[in-house]
Amino acid sequence: MTLYILRRLGLAVITLLVLSVIIFLAGQVVPGDPGRAILGPFASQSAVAALDHQLGADRPLITQYWSWISGAVHGDLGISYQYRTPVRPMLASALVNSAKLALFALILIIPLGILGGVIAALNAGRPVDRMISLTGLSAATVPEFVSGIVVIVIFADGLKLLPSSANAGPGATFPTQLRYLILPVIPLVFEFFGYIARMARAGTIEALESDYARTATLKGLPRRTVIFRHVLRNSLLPTIAVVATQIGYLIGGLVVVETLFTYHGVGLLIYNAAQQKDFPMLEAGVLTIGVIYLLATLLADLLSVWLNPRLRTGVTG
Amino acid sequence: MTGPAPDAGPALTVDSLDVTYRVRGRDRQALRNVSFDVARTEAYGLVGESGSGKSTVALALTRYLPRNGRVSAGSIRINGQDPMRMSGAALRELRARTVSMVYQEPGKSLNPSIRVGRQVAEVYEIAGLDRGEATDRAAEMLARVQIPDPRRVMERYPHQLSGGMAQRVVIAMAIAADPSLLILDEPTTALDATVEAEVLDLIAGLRAELNTSLLFISHNLAVIAKMCDRVGVLYAGELVEEGPAGQIFAEPRHPYTVGLLRCIPRRGQRKDHGRLDSIPGFLPQPGHTLPGCIFTPRCPIAEDRCHAAPPPPYDVGPGRTSRCYRHEETAGLPRNTPVDVELRSGPQTDSEPIITFRAVSKTFVSRGESVQALRGVNLAVQRGETLGLVGESGSGKTTLARVLLGLTAPDPGGAIELNARPLGGEVTGRGREQLQAMQIVFQNPDSALNRRHTVRQLISRPLTKLAGLSGAALRERLTDLVRSVRLEDRHLALRPRQLSGGLKQRVAIARAFGGGPAVVVCDEPTSALDVSVQAAILNLLADLQAKEQVTYLFISHDLGLVRYLSDRIVVLYLGRVMEVGPAERVFSGPHHPYTEALLSAVPSIDGSQPTRIRLSGEIPSAAEPPGGCVFHTRCPRRLSSGICESTEPPLAEAEPGHLMSCHIPIDQLTNLQGVGPVS
Amino acid sequence: MTTEIMVAPVTDAAAADLPSWRLVLRRPAFIAGLVILLFWIVCALFGASFAPHSAYEQSLLATNQAPSSAHWFGTDQLGRDVFSRVLVGARSILLVAPLATLLGTVLGTALGLALGYLGGAVDAIVGRLVEAVLAVPAVIVAFLFIVAIGPSTLTEILVIGFIFTPLIARTVRSAVQVESHLDYLPAARLLGESRRRIMFAEILPNVMPTVLVEFTVRLGYAIFTVATLAFLGFGVDPSTPSWGSDIYANYGVIGAGYWWETLFPALAIASLIVAINLATDSIEKVLAG
Repeated sequence: MTLYILRRLGLAVITLLVLSVIIFLAGQVVPGDPGRAILGPFASQSAVAALDHQLGADRPLITQYWSWISGAVHGDLGISYQYRTPVRPMLASALVNSAKLALFALILIIPLGILGGVIAALNAGRPVDRMISLTGLSAATVPEFVSGIVVIVIFADGLKLLPSSANAGPGATFPTQLRYLILPVIPLVFEFFGYIARMARAGTIEALESDYARTATLKGLPRRTVIFRHVLRNSLLPTIAVVATQIGYLIGGLVVVETLFTYHGVGLLIYNAAQQKDFPMLEAGVLTIGVIYLLATLLADLLSVWLNPRLRTGVTG
Repeated sequence: MTGPAPDAGPALTVDSLDVTYRVRGRDRQALRNVSFDVARTEAYGLVGESGSGKSTVALALTRYLPRNGRVSAGSIRINGQDPMRMSGAALRELRARTVSMVYQEPGKSLNPSIRVGRQVAEVYEIAGLDRGEATDRAAEMLARVQIPDPRRVMERYPHQLSGGMAQRVVIAMAIAADPSLLILDEPTTALDATVEAEVLDLIAGLRAELNTSLLFISHNLAVIAKMCDRVGVLYAGELVEEGPAGQIFAEPRHPYTVGLLRCIPRRGQRKDHGRLDSIPGFLPQPGHTLPGCIFTPRCPIAEDRCHAAPPPPYDVGPGRTSRCYRHEETAGLPRNTPVDVELRSGPQTDSEPIITFRAVSKTFVSRGESVQALRGVNLAVQRGETLGLVGESGSGKTTLARVLLGLTAPDPGGAIELNARPLGGEVTGRGREQLQAMQIVFQNPDSALNRRHTVRQLISRPLTKLAGLSGAALRERLTDLVRSVRLEDRHLALRPRQLSGGLKQRVAIARAFGGGPAVVVCDEPTSALDVSVQAAILNLLADLQAKEQVTYLFISHDLGLVRYLSDRIVVLYLGRVMEVGPAERVFSGPHHPYTEALLSAVPSIDGSQPTRIRLSGEIPSAAEPPGGCVFHTRCPRRLSSGICESTEPPLAEAEPGHLMSCHIPIDQLTNLQGVGPVS
Repeated sequence: MTTEIMVAPVTDAAAADLPSWRLVLRRPAFIAGLVILLFWIVCALFGASFAPHSAYEQSLLATNQAPSSAHWFGTDQLGRDVFSRVLVGARSILLVAPLATLLGTVLGTALGLALGYLGGAVDAIVGRLVEAVLAVPAVIVAFLFIVAIGPSTLTEILVIGFIFTPLIARTVRSAVQVESHLDYLPAARLLGESRRRIMFAEILPNVMPTVLVEFTVRLGYAIFTVATLAFLGFGVDPSTPSWGSDIYANYGVIGAGYWWETLFPALAIASLIVAINLATDSIEKVLAG
């Protein structure tokens, strides 16, 4: 078991390194000259060269990569091009904001998704099932900005019930903050509910049609007991892995929502950095998202193993 | 803890039962006008091949038909109650107290996330006991089904149990409620021969103790003959014949039953003593109804009245019925395959062996554990012979075949020779000639044939790749091959999905013979097929052997078939060769104690068997094989001197052509096993 | 040698039932999706010819006008007719998304076949690459590279195509692994077939249904991604009518009450995606049997 954990951890670390290389390439190598990018096409070559030297952009690639990655591990994420201040504090506070939004979303998505999926499965083939499945499917693939705009137009501008920006302002109380987050959460729920519901539905159907569910029913157990005691614990196992993947995506998927509602989270930060070609910020942000996703999937894998007796105990005699 | 007081009537009455499924918008009848009774404490066997509807019967009785199935006519009474008319609560009560079921795959029938003990105790909790009491009673019941150390086993999860143990747990759960009727649907089909024998003995013993009625469903005629008092034969959803087991098997009175029994080797039948018969034609399509008797398309004595109207159940004797107009003429039913066999050249014992295994071992490593699937196998295969490979799971017989073919490389140190020349370890290291020389027929044609390719593509490929044919020569050989496996030209354009199991296997055989091999490995070639079809395939294999002069390695768990087809036999146990010798010798004795136990475990239709030798314990895990003689932990003839535990016996010649790996000298074995002097 | 086996009617249930594509066509959901899709395809090809106004013509007098009989969807900040822009705007999405998906599917299938069949070291190494790319949402990876390389239609197609490759490869790999347990593969090896032939002539035909479903699912996702990128301002040339960039240009004025400028393009996007979903859902259901 511990061997498994270590192996998983090792793989995750390697993946992270590969990711960092990809990000580095996109950020430092592909765009070419950072000095030129900052100063623009009309600056003189010597000015560009001077800035490059200052930024350390004229060193060999490997050195640049190494200094970046070792800095990142130690918490030094570089200096933002646009703000000329260290990246880390800005990223940290943005993360907190994103976490709030994400958490709010998850509290709605996970129970709704699982409940929806299970109900759909228990009524498989009937109208309730079709409705839940189709709703989930449609809602999921409509882009967040589409549902976001529709929601803004209706509730913020039309009915004037809720604010169209997600920023409650400094010092706002908790309930106020929540009120501001309601609209942004809706596109997120649309986006992720469907996928989780689908996984929960598939897992539950498989469990319902299994031989052990048949055994339980033919023992004379009432349907409710069969479902709660025998079916659910097996059907929800695969759903956990999926939930974790979605959590990982949620952090990054906030880009659109945060932009639409001008919410100062990680997504908006990355977005602005991209627009302004602020590569240190951009790289640090994307790396952070990657780390969060890998952590989430690692935890999900471990949780799956822990909950699944087959994997936990291994096969003996 | 007894069920409702039994009334005087039969435990189960099925009356004119019709069951219909709705598939893709159309109705298909799975059961038609099925009627039978199971008396109190009686064991009734329901025999049928695939498509007979036997599992549907079980599902209908417990009212667990899938959503698209329904009982369209007739009635069922279990202990006088009709499950189809019961309310939810009453139905649950019936399932909990009166009817219990044992299923085919015990591993899947237990909840993988709940400990085994809890699942058994649940039955008692349903009956009203509290947790503590229920757990105690569960432990008692597990002991009763002969599970050693019940308290410890109760803490385990299903995946930690072997097949035999898991089935005992399921049986324990089933009888815990002391049901009036116990339904068993292929309960031992997934188990090894020796384990199966144990479980069947257990069931028989419990039945005697508990006075439960049994409904035993199986395709295995021998098992039914062993376990049941009365038998019903199902064909395509209809009960064609019914009666006391002994009579049905000795003197069947329906053409289908007659045909079925002729498909199985009886009383040690061998290929030179007469061919197995087969039943021509195919099962009717599900849902197709015929105006007359359902067996007419395949019946050798069908007449006009048979086509016109379905025959009523004729009274053929006390407690016997047969649905055949001509039931009096079934004794002399004409055969489909002539009994006589053309002489063929047998194994060439005087020439060099075609294949030699020298000290071949194979170790698999998984999750840090190393499992020795084969150890030090020394074997010589004679040109032109059929060598039968026999063994239970973990014996290594499949691994041996895979190593021979190069699908997996043997451990360093061992060698395999083909025509006295060494073979490369893996397929990629072998030349075309060597590939051409050895081919395989797999067990399951659905898996072995690429479902997206046409039959023409499937059979032509070896002709191109191995035989190097093209153009006219290719077409000629293709036609020749298709004829010799008795397919027709019109099959060439079809895909495997459109063919029946028997036809698919013929395609697989044609493919194997396409390149003109010298050796063909047959890995359970008929196990996935119905009994009525398997004989045709076996006969085909025998004919092809004569025509193409090939050597067979015949792997099977069915000892009757192995005995029928093989010239020599190899018995494997945990990756070691226990015995090698001429088929007759190995079967009639004197033989290795393991072979002895194996043979005594296999039920036979013909009744009287050699004294049952019970093997204690389970097959040891291949990851931790016992020391010394690998069989010593279960050997009933283990020597008291202790040599069996300490030293591994060499594979030595006990008599000319007959090798054994046993410390007991052969004359002693002859005495112990009660074998007469060699005639 | 007697002819033992009567040759039976070989046409069985499979032939009696309809082939898959016929079944798909019967489903109302599929028809609805197809109709919507065809509508937008027609718009993409010929929209300019039947649009009531020019999609490019600006009019400083008629800016931000609410929907009326003259302008069914109103006008935007530059006085352009929103309805015409919506009709013509189908083109840019329907150009990039299918091409990108095709690229991703072709590469992803090849990669998935290799990873699934060859396994071993190849799988372990390339697997890390796949995992790394999948660790970050596609939209972000996309604009990371678009920022790095510079926006253009070709870039967008290539970037999205390359991002989809590991996604599709993962699904194909799973399907291939299921196949690898079947016996027709060792049978092929025993004939001496090369690995390449086994992957493409033996395995690929059997995973085609999966590939097909992946293509349609990813197509919806591609449209999503292209629209999102345009919305974020990473789309191509803002004067070209494109639903996403129109939303990007005009959502700032939602607060002023000019909702039609963003709502209609948004609904257009939604309709296209729902259409693809309906089609995909139907195809999946039929292939699942």
